[in-house]
Amino acid sequence: MKEFNAFLRKEFLHIFRDRRTLLVLIGLPTMLIVLFGFAISTEIRNVSVGLCVPDGDMTALRLMDKIDRSRYFTYVASYQSEEDIDLAMKRGEIDVALMFGDGFSSGLYSHDGSEVSVIADATNPNNASMEVMYLSSIISGYFREEFSAGMSGQTAGALVPNIRMLYNPQLRSSYNFVPGIMGLILMLICSLMTSVSIVREKETGSMEVLLVSPVKPINIVLAKMIPYLVISSAVLVIILLLTIFVLKVPVAGSFFWMILVSLIYIILSLGLGLFVSTVVKTQIIATLICGMIFLVPVMMFSGMLYPIESMPVPLQWFAQIIPAKWYIEATRKIMIEGVSVQYVTTEILILTGMAAVVFAAAVIKFKDRLE
Amino acid sequence: MMGNGGDILYRMTHGGRHRDLHEHLVRDPRNVIEVDHLTKKFGDFTAVDDITFDVRKGEIFGFLGANGAGKTTAMKMLTGLSFPTSGTGQVAGYNIWTQSEMIKKRIGYMSQKFALYGDLTVYDNMQLFAGIYGVPRAEADARICNLLERLSLVQEKDSKVGDLPQGWKQKLAFSVSIIHKPEIVFLDEPTGGVDPAARRQFWELIYEAVDEGITAFVTTHYMDEAEYCNRISMMVDGRIGAFDSPAALKKRYGAGSIAEVFDILARGAKRGE
Repeated sequence: MKEFNAFLRKEFLHIFRDRRTLLVLIGLPTMLIVLFGFAISTEIRNVSVGLCVPDGDMTALRLMDKIDRSRYFTYVASYQSEEDIDLAMKRGEIDVALMFGDGFSSGLYSHDGSEVSVIADATNPNNASMEVMYLSSIISGYFREEFSAGMSGQTAGALVPNIRMLYNPQLRSSYNFVPGIMGLILMLICSLMTSVSIVREKETGSMEVLLVSPVKPINIVLAKMIPYLVISSAVLVIILLLTIFVLKVPVAGSFFWMILVSLIYIILSLGLGLFVSTVVKTQIIATLICGMIFLVPVMMFSGMLYPIESMPVPLQWFAQIIPAKWYIEATRKIMIEGVSVQYVTTEILILTGMAAVVFAAAVIKFKDRLE
Repeated sequence: MMGNGGDILYRMTHGGRHRDLHEHLVRDPRNVIEVDHLTKKFGDFTAVDDITFDVRKGEIFGFLGANGAGKTTAMKMLTGLSFPTSGTGQVAGYNIWTQSEMIKKRIGYMSQKFALYGDLTVYDNMQLFAGIYGVPRAEADARICNLLERLSLVQEKDSKVGDLPQGWKQKLAFSVSIIHKPEIVFLDEPTGGVDPAARRQFWELIYEAVDEGITAFVTTHYMDEAEYCNRISMMVDGRIGAFDSPAALKKRYGAGSIAEVFDILARGAKRGE
């Protein structure tokens, strides 16, 4: 036990002496949370709108006024023709434009109806479809109010869909990103840092000295993992605090299960790190494997950025073997939906199973290496 | 005084202390390492080919050979890092097949590469290895103080090992490898990349350790260092080509120095550098 303590002490010394790395480990999650929470979001804001109203139509102007008052859109200028709008878009003045047909107001009361075109700059298709969606909902909202308040027309009796966004009523993207970032950061710290720290000892030759010493190899590995377990737990707490108090995303479900699932995921990632360290010889390769082979799938196939359901079937299968996919799914359910634990059992079981397999493989491989 | 030619040479050239080897060996004639027909094969390649030798308690044993002659492989089997393909051996009285845990507690090892932790302080490194080898706390502190003084590193106690000059690093690595007072210390090319003055100081440390009863098992490339050993074995192509005291070897091969003996033996070698 004494030898183990001596060794563990040394591992902590390594980490706490290396202030820069420690700062990155703690700073990176903080930065990512703040970035994804505030700066980078899929919500649209400050969209510049242009207008083309041929004859100064009153209804059209009132509608524009309503659009301008919403927090997503800003009215920029009026244009004479479609060509002008096109030019303004090319100059980058406007992102989207509304073009009203001739006699818009009067047309509203006739049987022919009237038309408004929504023209969007679809260079970025995601933004364009969001802008169009937001605009159409403002327009239809406007007419619903106008007509139900004033006169009884055909619109008043029409079918009005009643849309409710559950669990994330304000459609805040941070609800989506927080579980993703947790999946990313914990994997990074646990697998990358563990594997690099073991491989570093191989590279410098100190592993040889340790293997000649009476310290049991399994204790060397355990002592390497404990500090990273501590750091990733600290990071988990930091992320949760930032999420709750800065991003104002509440943890809807059980805190206990949230932590427990995270711990399983942390242990799984530590096992991956150990496994990598048993197969590679240099720190660079360890970094590349953890960075490219582990982190990229976490970004692409975990459902953090792109929904898995809309991927081609083979990629969907591939996504099933990504641990982060199951972790992020479980965190979303517990944190955002707030479901009780029986709905998360599949994820928990799969993560536990993966952790067991990875750890067993790593330990077997580690023993092999010694001979 | 045939047996300690290396010692006299050392004393003459470097002003070191004189040690009477024969007295030392008679005082404790036991063997601390006994190797019996040890062989290690990697597939078709026989790295170590049926070697038999013994190392006496309290001697400096030089383990020589060209690169690829099988020195490192042999040393790995003795230190419990790998198992032989066939043959047996005893280190510090324990069987290398079955009692490697016991062996590990009784040996020290200094790697060819500098293997202390550069980002930890001199004191931390000493503390770590004292801890790993289970030296009791109070005694560890006393030994660390003693070592720091002997190495005149008291001032540098809290500086990072990585910032020390190369010669000091090597001396520190050696001192750390015997911090638990092992029966045998294995030194794998300990003076590689060290200047002549520092090499002399380093050998002075080895002598001090041997005077305390530690057996030194040294591999080296420097043939002048081989002269400082009590007995040497020269490996050629996985076998032991010659095995005796430096003086006896020089006499047998009619050579003026160990380097010449080595050249004569190496001429027959098939494995290139």
